[in-house]
Amino acid sequence: MIQRLFLALLLGLSLLAGPALAVAPDEVLDDPVLESRARALSSELRCMVCQNQSIDDSDAPLAKDLRILVRERLVAGDSDEQVVDYLVSRYGEFVLLKPRFAWHTIVLWAAGPVALIAGLIAIGAALRKRARNRSASTDTSASTLTADEERRLQALLDKTD
Amino acid sequence: MIVEFGHYALVLAFALTLVQSVLPIWGALQKDDRLMAVAPPVSVMLFVLILLSFIVLTGAYLNSDFSVLNVVENSHSAKPLLYKFTGVWGNHEGSMLLWVLILVFFGALVGVFGGNLPADLRAVTLSVQAWVSAGFILFLLATSNPFTRIVNPPLEGADLNPILQDIGLAIHPPLLYVGYVGFSITFSFAVAALILGRIDAAWARWVRPWTLLAWCFLTLGIAMGSYWAYYELGWGGWWFWDPVENASFMPWLAGTALLHSAIVMEKREALKVWTVLLAIFTFSLSLLGTFLVRSGVLTSVHAFATDPARGVFILGLLCIFIGGSLSLYAWRAPMLKQGGLFAPISREGGLVLNNLFLTAACAAVFVGTLYPLVLDAVTGEKISVGAPFFNLTFGPLMVPLLLAVPFGPVLSWKRADLGAACQRLYAAFGLALLLTLVTYWAWGMDKVLAPLGVGLAVWVMAGAISEIVTRVKFFEIGFKRGFARLVGLPGSAWGAAIAHFGIGLTVLGIVTASAFQEERVLTMRPGDTVELAGYQMTFEGAAPRRGPNYTEEVGHFSIRQGGALVAELDPSKRIYTARQMPTTEAGIYTTGFSQVYLSLGEGRGDGAVDVRVYFKPLITLIWIGCVIMSLGAVFSIADRRLRVGAPKPARKRQQSMAAAE
Repeated sequence: MIQRLFLALLLGLSLLAGPALAVAPDEVLDDPVLESRARALSSELRCMVCQNQSIDDSDAPLAKDLRILVRERLVAGDSDEQVVDYLVSRYGEFVLLKPRFAWHTIVLWAAGPVALIAGLIAIGAALRKRARNRSASTDTSASTLTADEERRLQALLDKTD
Repeated sequence: MIVEFGHYALVLAFALTLVQSVLPIWGALQKDDRLMAVAPPVSVMLFVLILLSFIVLTGAYLNSDFSVLNVVENSHSAKPLLYKFTGVWGNHEGSMLLWVLILVFFGALVGVFGGNLPADLRAVTLSVQAWVSAGFILFLLATSNPFTRIVNPPLEGADLNPILQDIGLAIHPPLLYVGYVGFSITFSFAVAALILGRIDAAWARWVRPWTLLAWCFLTLGIAMGSYWAYYELGWGGWWFWDPVENASFMPWLAGTALLHSAIVMEKREALKVWTVLLAIFTFSLSLLGTFLVRSGVLTSVHAFATDPARGVFILGLLCIFIGGSLSLYAWRAPMLKQGGLFAPISREGGLVLNNLFLTAACAAVFVGTLYPLVLDAVTGEKISVGAPFFNLTFGPLMVPLLLAVPFGPVLSWKRADLGAACQRLYAAFGLALLLTLVTYWAWGMDKVLAPLGVGLAVWVMAGAISEIVTRVKFFEIGFKRGFARLVGLPGSAWGAAIAHFGIGLTVLGIVTASAFQEERVLTMRPGDTVELAGYQMTFEGAAPRRGPNYTEEVGHFSIRQGGALVAELDPSKRIYTARQMPTTEAGIYTTGFSQVYLSLGEGRGDGAVDVRVYFKPLITLIWIGCVIMSLGAVFSIADRRLRVGAPKPARKRQQSMAAAE
């Protein structure tokens, strides 16, 4: 939702829909277990006419319809997966805020772990290279400053504040 | 006339940036002191010119000059004075002008206070800063001119977007921009170092304070934005993993890594090449954030198409600056000499680990933010990447990082003894374990992860405290001498401990507010009472009210605890007249660090109204923690040793520092 703030701020656009509250009291199911499952599912489903908002957060009419639909399916005895499958078959994968793990999302899911592992390998390689260099040469603290810079640095260090 | 003067100042500033872009760097390469001496006065003049044009635009807003298109589109004569002022940056053109103002302000700071820098480094840095400034001033002039006049001025403006008519707009964007743009200085320093082909001691000393400064403001800016969204938007969320939020979060992650690697570079001369790369990445991510937000690629393809010029222009700038700096890096970085050696288990090693996890987390956020765009462009497949994805991928990367936080400061440089470090953290570990068990005992086993989260947060906080306590050695040398050592600790040690404590607080707030939140959604009639988390909330009735540029329906609620009245809340639903746009204003009662959050929904006729009530335990810690993190940065900047020019330490101080380390 902060996106709305920013976009409005930066692009000077009007908002698509005014904020209000999402789940209305008349939608709430009597069975608390089913209702909590409905809420959990709702928070992972996208309101397709909104900007990156779950149907649990959105007050758009479409989100309301989807919330009611989710609850109807749950009351009819669907499992969580069945509800999600049903919605995906109807609206496409766009409705999922957490994409399924598949070939076209493998880069997405792997990015974090791969970056971590690649980083570890790079660090390991750097350490090994370092250790080799160290045995090759003991001169590690050589000054990289020219004589002129040395003098200037000394002048800086001598300057008291 | 005055408006044209502002426009003229902007054009003049552009011409000056071209001068600045060429002469000082040419002087540095030719070793011509006269050419290099051009840089400082021009950097100040640039700031003066942009400031003038910013003042002119502000004047147009304050006078409601409706002959200026930008004012017509974003202001209204009945708007309260504060919002006329903040409205200057409440739109694309004005906020871009603020962006440029901060950019040249930082340039001027280097010009004025950079007297201690080697002349060529200062000259080249200011030239690089001028390249960036030139690009963005040209962007303003070519595609987003805030001074455009209209032929037939209307009598009234279109008003500022109501959501932005809030004190948040006065604070949030300026803080965020100082953070974003502040990283431009480290970027310019890094590019200058690459051009000159050396990283000397002065370079290392300069980078860290600038990074800290930018990071401090970015942290505050993000926290402020989060709190603003929380109270303004009406359902109590505070972070949405929204692409535009991610756009500000990625530079924060990279900047956090940068300020840690800068420590290693400053102290041990190691990680130079990596630090230069991080400095480039951090500002590149800031630029990318600007591009994502401005071009409209994130909202929809349609928004992009309505003004392709802007998007394409920024994309061009992005390619030039990021591509250029990375090519330069690839070419010059191998020439930079690597410094100090260290064992894997050492303070340096700990900081490398920090960088590894922060960078991986940043990569995960980066891919998550851009993947849907790329996939859509390449295959046409549309997917959504939202909060559940980021919680699953980002969260696990943060856990090991947070576990490692207390170890960092207790490890010694070069080569450390892990066993000794663990000994210093026994107390912190014990406390964390105890509080985890207490949380399990209090809440039962139905929330398995939340108590572990609480334990993790306590571990980070207690680790920060024990770091200070063990450094001072209260137990060994007695309280009085210990206190003297406490005062004598260097600012950077305090800064690190305070910032780490702050991150622990934020984590605690996040865990408790998400896991232990209580919520009720119901329809209430006047006189109805609802009970939540020990508070009785009575709906007393609703009444219409008229504000300066809106009308609202205000619900009146009394909050009682054990029969005694503790607060009265007036959440409301507003309609802003000029744009006919509704907003909700939540009613928030803060008790300790927790909050009761009340917002109104649809009216149901005969006085009944939908109400959503939350109890959010310890939620304010999320933002308090961020403020404390920034405070840590302030302590660190204030450290004498970090000051540019490296004053000679007083003898006594030198001793206490040596003793403390």
